[in-house]
Amino acid sequence: MNLAAPGLQQPNPQLDAQGNLRHFLTLDGLDRALLTDILDRTEGFLSVARQPVKKVPLCRGKVIANLFFENSTRTRTTFELAAKRLSADVLNLNISTSATAKGETLLDTLRNLEAMHVDMFVVRHADSGAAHFIASHAAPHVSVINAGDGCHAHPTQGMLDMFTIRQHKGDIAGLKVAIVGDILHSRVARSQISALNTLGAAEVRVIAPRTLIPTCAAEALGVEVFHDLREGVTDCDVIIMLRLQRERMTGGFLPSEHEYFLLFGLTEKRLTTAKPDAIVMHPGPINRGVEIDSEVADGPRSVILEQVSNGLAVRMAIMSTCIGTQYLAGQGAERDRPHD
Amino acid sequence: MADAATWKDAAEIDALLATMAQELAALCQARGIERPLMVGIHTGGVWVAEHLHRLLALEDPLGFLDISFYRDDFTRIGLHPQVHPSELPVAVDDRAVILVDDVLQSGRTIRAALNVLFDYGRPSQVLLAILAERDGRELPINPDVVGLHAELEPGSHIKLSGPDPLHLERRGAAPGNADQP
Repeated sequence: MNLAAPGLQQPNPQLDAQGNLRHFLTLDGLDRALLTDILDRTEGFLSVARQPVKKVPLCRGKVIANLFFENSTRTRTTFELAAKRLSADVLNLNISTSATAKGETLLDTLRNLEAMHVDMFVVRHADSGAAHFIASHAAPHVSVINAGDGCHAHPTQGMLDMFTIRQHKGDIAGLKVAIVGDILHSRVARSQISALNTLGAAEVRVIAPRTLIPTCAAEALGVEVFHDLREGVTDCDVIIMLRLQRERMTGGFLPSEHEYFLLFGLTEKRLTTAKPDAIVMHPGPINRGVEIDSEVADGPRSVILEQVSNGLAVRMAIMSTCIGTQYLAGQGAERDRPHD
Repeated sequence: MADAATWKDAAEIDALLATMAQELAALCQARGIERPLMVGIHTGGVWVAEHLHRLLALEDPLGFLDISFYRDDFTRIGLHPQVHPSELPVAVDDRAVILVDDVLQSGRTIRAALNVLFDYGRPSQVLLAILAERDGRELPINPDVVGLHAELEPGSHIKLSGPDPLHLERRGAAPGNADQP
């Protein structure tokens, strides 16, 4: 398995010449200041949901196309709602019934969308590196956001998880965080690990059966590896459960889901070694009785539904940051001008 | 480099605020407003509003507006790095609102603030209180109560520093730092 970020050359293709975020493809290579800026901006967007009119005019007149080559209801809905709350026009392309299924190449589809004056592509694809590929071929005025590519990255999920942790713990720095489950197939875990390391977590642990963890995980990802759940969550501040990616499993990775739950499913009893104020997270959709017991998923330590709410605000922050960057080139002096 | 010079110090600003509070009280009385809701615009407007709110001894807590998401120049300058969540502690529907800002020049901030306000509800009326206004209006917006008026040369601008102590600075034009559009 290639754990490196595909297409991540120097200089970082996600940033413009001034270091502003133009695309959002992976958390690898983005520094702490930039990630913190996004988290800070997200705080502001949370308040939009509390307004009677849950909409701001930031991206009025912009067109955002959701290109979902892989099924996803929750992520696509969140991106769509985030774009609509920014007042953008949203195109949802059902790729399975679109021109690509009739033989048109992906690049021809992109060119046609660009001719319709699309300003941003939100891309989900089963192949790692797909969003990088599209970004490298997109017109200069178009931004690309990765909504999950293969086993590689899911950077907006990673950021919403960081935001949720920061909400509950104040700061990422110094925390012990355990990520439990299917590390091997998880693009979410890769993005979480990258962000946690960048933001200064004291220790990032991964807990999984030997078959669901890359053999080189400790060195490549910068994590501590555990194969025992109770031992792995001991003294942790945050426990992130992952979904078993059954659709990506091509071989016999597990004897059975029942056995997986017996060894790696999170129950109240297994939580006793974690810190008393530890929070439990899950990117969803959750498999009750497989990764997590309902008592924990619905219990007082669970912040799973908060993650969903925060996902909207984080995506608004990222989308508006990228759209804003499109017009910044050569206008650096204007940023400092008063607006009164 | 832009040159900055203290224009009005804390004592002078206190005097301006006291006069503004008197004028606001008189205006409210003339309009039959018994319980106005005061809202400050981040950041300088909130500092000014905190003083006026205390001087007028208003019952309802102070509201805060951030106009970053409503700026008409977002697509030219990007998103402001620091966005403070807007907070209106009580419903604005059918309430008389005193909107407060530090400096009024082009009028674009006030236009944006009115848009934010109306996304929270429909006030019965809005009064505008400004610490310092200057020439350069680009929209038909004028304050109901104003601390002082200034004519500045093109390229210069006024900045309120604070929150404690408050002082106003006049800043000269910097090369490449054109006046507000």
